[in-house]
Amino acid sequence: MDYHSPASFAEASALAANATGITRFLAGGTDVLVQMRADIVTPDTLIDIKKIDGVRDITRNDDGSWTIGVAVTGAEMSEHPELGRDWPGVVEAMDLIGSTQVQGRATLTGNLCNASPAADSVPAMVAAGVTVTVTGPNGDREVPVEQIPTAPGRTSLAKGELISALHIPARGENGGDAYLRFIPRTEMDIAVVGCGVNLRIDGDTITEARVSLGAVAPTVLLVEDCARAIIGTKLDEAALEALAAAASAACNPINDKRGTIEFRTEVAGVLAKRAARIAYARAKGEKA
Amino acid sequence: MSKIHVTTTVNGDEVDFLCDPRETLLDCLRDRLNLTGAKEGCGTGDCGACSVTLDGRLVCSCLVLGVEAEGKEIGTVEGIADGDVLHPLQKKFIEYAALQCGVCTPGILVAAKALLEKNPDPTEEEVRYWLAGNLCRCTGYDKIIRAVMDTAAELREAV
Repeated sequence: MDYHSPASFAEASALAANATGITRFLAGGTDVLVQMRADIVTPDTLIDIKKIDGVRDITRNDDGSWTIGVAVTGAEMSEHPELGRDWPGVVEAMDLIGSTQVQGRATLTGNLCNASPAADSVPAMVAAGVTVTVTGPNGDREVPVEQIPTAPGRTSLAKGELISALHIPARGENGGDAYLRFIPRTEMDIAVVGCGVNLRIDGDTITEARVSLGAVAPTVLLVEDCARAIIGTKLDEAALEALAAAASAACNPINDKRGTIEFRTEVAGVLAKRAARIAYARAKGEKA
Repeated sequence: MSKIHVTTTVNGDEVDFLCDPRETLLDCLRDRLNLTGAKEGCGTGDCGACSVTLDGRLVCSCLVLGVEAEGKEIGTVEGIADGDVLHPLQKKFIEYAALQCGVCTPGILVAAKALLEKNPDPTEEEVRYWLAGNLCRCTGYDKIIRAVMDTAAELREAV
């Protein structure tokens, strides 16, 4: 295995474009090293992107949006004094992943590129409308997060392409987000169902919403029917029931040891209601 | 396969070693530097027996490559005591018998020290969540938690 630690994304892209065999990018390594150890993936070329300038930076831009470096860890996000105030759902979703030790290494970008349908940070990012910059041999392109994973363990990134930055939109006024997952214990587990909700209100009425589901389909889903169920409402009981029904209807889960199809389908609706209530309270400036 | 030369700092001392790029930091600590305090339990970041600090941040050394240690500061259990004088956490672990087989203990000491440096007055719940990535199959955790809580109280009084 060849190990590279390039100084720029262009160099990283060129290394990957010219490599033969299996190439992996190394950010936090909490998935890549496990896969190497288990002989699931044995890279011929490993490209460590942590020596590129700026990859550890959390930056609030002039327009209120955020740029998150690809090697920013979950612990660094949780410790940031401002990011969690704007986007508590995104920060809390990332913080749910693994132990203190894993939080010291794991990254949003790695969680996204590992392309697990159960990745906790991904539904939160999808709901928040996060986009990524993809750097490749032909330059940069901007891609919504939901277009990166294409199937379990697979992404839409072409040979020589890698994510070079994450962009979270400006929070703006009267907005709130939340992410909830179901696991059978209190900590250190993989989502059986995950749900992210991001919305904006005018007075008591929801004017914008994005709802996402994790672990109920081959990829994280952006469920437009869920958003339609609550936009224009005051999140009353009827709206919550419509939201839950839309969430359950969007599910296409597998049966496995962690949850049956029936269980995941029902829980998706329950979590959607709970996450929507939290996001709504946050949008109103209430503590939730 | 060519080996890579790595220069790093372990417990305040500059060290260097040659390693294969696939070798984990845990393997390098144990096999290249003869620092066998960090243990391999699972090798996949689940058990915490290999916990070390990397530039002050608690990590599993089985999930870090040796080559990634270049230019970094590593802290291991071997650096916790001051010469022959045990760290207060180590004394409390003995006092409370917060270990049986001892395989998890180096990782738990490193993790608990990192917690108390960040949060000198943790609640029991905070200690339990912080140490959730350190598995112990002997003690049932209760003695470990009490030893950490009592160490925290003692260190607060000492300030």
